[in-house]
Amino acid sequence: MSTEPAASTLARPRTRPAWHVATVAETRRETPTAVRLVLDVPTWPGSEAGAHLDLRLTAPDGYQASRSYSVAASTPAAPGSPGQVVLAVDEVPDGEVSPFLVRDVRPGDQLELHGPLGAFFVWRPGQSTRPVQLVAGGSGVVPLYAMAAAHAAAADETPFRLLYSVRTPDDVWFADELAALAGPTLALDLVYTRRAPEGTADVVGRLTRESFAARVLPAAERPRVYVCGSTGFVETVAGWLQELGHAAGDIHTERFGGLT
Amino acid sequence: MTHHLDGNVLAGALSEIFTADVTTARGRCAGCGRTSPLAEAMVFTDAPGLVARCAGCDQVLATFVDAGDRVMVSLAGLSAVELRR
Repeated sequence: MSTEPAASTLARPRTRPAWHVATVAETRRETPTAVRLVLDVPTWPGSEAGAHLDLRLTAPDGYQASRSYSVAASTPAAPGSPGQVVLAVDEVPDGEVSPFLVRDVRPGDQLELHGPLGAFFVWRPGQSTRPVQLVAGGSGVVPLYAMAAAHAAAADETPFRLLYSVRTPDDVWFADELAALAGPTLALDLVYTRRAPEGTADVVGRLTRESFAARVLPAAERPRVYVCGSTGFVETVAGWLQELGHAAGDIHTERFGGLT
Repeated sequence: MTHHLDGNVLAGALSEIFTADVTTARGRCAGCGRTSPLAEAMVFTDAPGLVARCAGCDQVLATFVDAGDRVMVSLAGLSAVELRR
């Protein structure tokens, strides 16, 4: 256990969002359609698990486009070392921003970031001892992975479960990291909607209210629930949660639209 | 069918106007009276600006238009906002 008193975590002043210039340190293929970007950010103040940032691109003619991305992992800048931010970006066909980030960005390129952002969809260690149920659809796992990693790093003893719906085994984001986190403090449950790993007995197919109910913490345990995915996924899951008796105030949601 | 996101996406634009993160603030819809965190509003980003609508009744709660050298904000659809200290 950390000897850091929980109160100092709670009382920590919230970091003001600011603009930062990031330099791409590394790009890595995350899934067949997504890339992981490791960014050096000399002014990054750190961020809470679940936070996001706005990434702004400027075209040579001055046209600007901005999109929000969840922070998968970050370390604050310290004397002698730049801060680091890890993002993962899915390519939206015909998008304005994501195809550039997935296909064209190279180490050494500079990007403008505004953050850290968002105090609603975050998990803080020591905040509560109630169990936590994470529910991810596709790339919606990014902020939930950040929460699971923060939970492990803080040696927080709150029970954590992650239900993660993906199309195929190739579409699992942060697959190695999640596998490493899975264990006594994180129950990891993958649902495959199109194709399961060979040799598994898992039924392939979308979640239904019944299969969902069987795989998440029951409302009687009063879990705090964090749901992130496409708008359709989140609204379906949030509806089921309420039907299953979870209080609206216990359900935290974040939607991504696959807009661009 | 228009795509929408939710109020979490407002955090960046709002941080240029307000000192606190107001996506956690609870707002009361002037249309139906529903009270919920701004993060739970439906947000449309494909208008010229950001439009936040009530998830209960579709009423426009707030709009934010960034015009470069100025920003235009309307909170006309919110009859009350509760901010935590």
